[in-house]
Amino acid sequence: MWPLLQIELYKIFKRPRTFIAFAVIALIIFLIQLALKFGGEEYVGLVMSGLSSTFEAPPGQVLNGYFVCYNILNLLLIHVPILVALIAGDMISGEANMGTLRLLVAKPISRTRLLFVKFTAASIYTILLLIWVAILSLLLSIVLFGTNELFVPRGQEVNIISSHDILWRYAAAFAFATVGLITVAALSFMLSTFADNSIGPIVATVCVIIVFTILTQMQIPFYDNSIKPYLFTTHMLGWKGFFYVKGNEGVTIDGSIENIRAVIKSGLILAGYAAFFLFTGIWYFNRKNILS
Amino acid sequence: MSAIIEVKGLTRNFGEIKAVDDLSFTVTGGEVYGFLGQNGAGKSTTIRMLLTLITPTSGTIEIFGMNLREHRKDILRQVGAMIEKPDLYKYLTAMENLRLFATMSGIKISEKKLMDQLEMVGLAERAHSKIKTYSQGMKQRLGIAVALVHDPRLIILDEPTNGLDPQGIADVRNFILHLSKDQGKTIMVSSHLLGEMELIADSMLIINKGKKVVEGRSDELLNPEKIQVEILTDNTERTRSVIKESLWGQYLLDKDHDSVLLEMQKKNIPELNRMLVEKDVNVISLRPKHSLEDFFLSLTRH
Amino acid sequence: MKSLIYILAIISVAAVSPARGQTPEEVINKVKEKLDKVNDYEASGTMKMNVSFIKAPVATVKIYYKKPDKLKINNENGISLIPKGSLNISVGHIITNAGKFDMIDLGKEEKTGLRIIKLLPKDENADVVLSTFYIDEAQSLIKKAKTTTKDNGTYELELTYGQYAEYGLADKVIFSFNTKEYKLPKGVTFDYDDGAKKEPDSDQLKNRKGKIELSYSSYLINKGVPDSIFQ
Repeated sequence: MWPLLQIELYKIFKRPRTFIAFAVIALIIFLIQLALKFGGEEYVGLVMSGLSSTFEAPPGQVLNGYFVCYNILNLLLIHVPILVALIAGDMISGEANMGTLRLLVAKPISRTRLLFVKFTAASIYTILLLIWVAILSLLLSIVLFGTNELFVPRGQEVNIISSHDILWRYAAAFAFATVGLITVAALSFMLSTFADNSIGPIVATVCVIIVFTILTQMQIPFYDNSIKPYLFTTHMLGWKGFFYVKGNEGVTIDGSIENIRAVIKSGLILAGYAAFFLFTGIWYFNRKNILS
Repeated sequence: MSAIIEVKGLTRNFGEIKAVDDLSFTVTGGEVYGFLGQNGAGKSTTIRMLLTLITPTSGTIEIFGMNLREHRKDILRQVGAMIEKPDLYKYLTAMENLRLFATMSGIKISEKKLMDQLEMVGLAERAHSKIKTYSQGMKQRLGIAVALVHDPRLIILDEPTNGLDPQGIADVRNFILHLSKDQGKTIMVSSHLLGEMELIADSMLIINKGKKVVEGRSDELLNPEKIQVEILTDNTERTRSVIKESLWGQYLLDKDHDSVLLEMQKKNIPELNRMLVEKDVNVISLRPKHSLEDFFLSLTRH
Repeated sequence: MKSLIYILAIISVAAVSPARGQTPEEVINKVKEKLDKVNDYEASGTMKMNVSFIKAPVATVKIYYKKPDKLKINNENGISLIPKGSLNISVGHIITNAGKFDMIDLGKEEKTGLRIIKLLPKDENADVVLSTFYIDEAQSLIKKAKTTTKDNGTYELELTYGQYAEYGLADKVIFSFNTKEYKLPKGVTFDYDDGAKKEPDSDQLKNRKGKIELSYSSYLINKGVPDSIFQ
């Protein structure tokens, strides 16, 4: 297994395309940090607009590394799936397109094993991408903006979390985001087994995510109770659950999560989707005639 | 030698189309087996079925005496293949490609051995260049090196000379002969050119529209007891009458009036030639034709 | 004007009433005298907030005060969310400017025996509309104050005293105030719906009381506080 995995990782990281994703992420994060460094107080003003009629809070305190990271994740985690699709959607179809798939499949490795290895490689790429996001969005933001309590703006309430109670939440959030993005990778990977060119699966994944995200964000009661709970994009926001805290008479309870069951449920649903996509892909690929 | 590939009743349908239709053949160990047919005759589909890329609709394939379905891994470990264009990872070097496919075949191989392989196909100097900088001929040679990297018993080459210049074609031809004669490999080569197969194949299979046309040893197929000889002279009428009046008259065929055609034993051609020269016929050419080529040409024409 | 004369009449009647002992002015003045002993202070303590739509940790704060009306609450290692306007309506501020108010004596509260004095600003344009003080006459300490403002609703203060009582400085202040509705558009927050219970009644959301509890652990009194702190 390990030599094969090494090969797949070698193939991924020998391609310039792979690093586009890392560069794009660095660029986006840097741009957000730059904007917040110079115009952050206005942004904080916007986020706190609901409070400003009753409360005063120095924007400088709200605008810290943790807050910047939260906002980067808020913006970025909706778009990282596209970068994941770029690689995962190419895993099978790209080989078909290049003409190397027929050589791989004619090797003494079962197709199931080949797909498991390839999916593992795509997942490792996804994890590395998230580690990259974590380094830039959390560590670099802390260096640039310092630390303080984390101000979490929500639709109908505000959570403030103690500085010493934040890092584990980020660790958990990144772990959760990993599950979410691996689900996207699995979707893309499944579509990749269907196609003989890489554009199709990548575009299809992006379209699915755009449509689902719009449905998730739309506040229409009809969708709220009918299809929203089944969209994986709804559950991909679950990382935020780690920043929704419990309170006792208005006081944040350190180490608490408002609804851990919902977060776990979302995580399980995502894992379920990932498994479904992966096994559908494997099932299909085992029956596929390699004509490319 | 025992049968290396044993195919029985192999059929593959794509919807209404029968790409391969009840095909049976046997490849014997140590031989170069020419697999002939026009483009679209079903060669590639057959080869892909031998390599488990396509599932047969019906029929059985046995390789090394084992059922391909049941012993896929054991069989493929000993099979090397180049299928159509030798597409490799363009963004990797020759060395990297070779190492990668060796690992995929389940073997560990030293850097030196890999270099030897590249040396053998004449790519040692470019071992560390990316494939995207390679010419078609170089890619073809690397494709063969990839097929051979794990030292397989059986080598399947699908149109290995496609897109090569005459020198490249000759190189590949010599290489195949070298593998067969010097290394004792069993090699199945597909082609749509009979002339090319004549030069290397020990046995041949010709298929058309997915069906077997003929199979047999090349010398028997190409050198039957009686062959047709076409005589071209400066005066066809006179030549015909000279032959009619001689002992050779009984062999004369009447079907073609533009040239003179005889059906006779190949060994008697020099004697016929001597007779014509003695009778003052100006011979331009004496060309033996075999029915296989006739047949194959007729296929290509249509 | 008529009503003012009426009120003044009541005050004067109250003032001469022997049962009451001190006039409201005397009571307020005594409180003022006590507070006047403090030119500035720097206090350490904690701040606890209880607002329906906010969950925040207990804050470790430093409170700075300088005569006559400078007050600053600094969160030492967190985000200091402080209700708007509350600082200007501090007790001290009103007491110091007692001259600008008319006083109405409402006698003693039955249960606690606290003296109740209402203060009405003479200036009709003042933000404060009405302020009611509940004063412990014996110690000259304000125990409770209710202030109604034009712009920021009604505030209520409850003060508990301990070792700094001689300076009129409380150990604990509970500050109650009205909060307005809070809502952010979902497009800004991309909320994750974790199924937590939503507020059932939006009316409740709109007219809520918020509470802030300040507990002072120590005061440094009259040691000098630089003006720069209040910037």
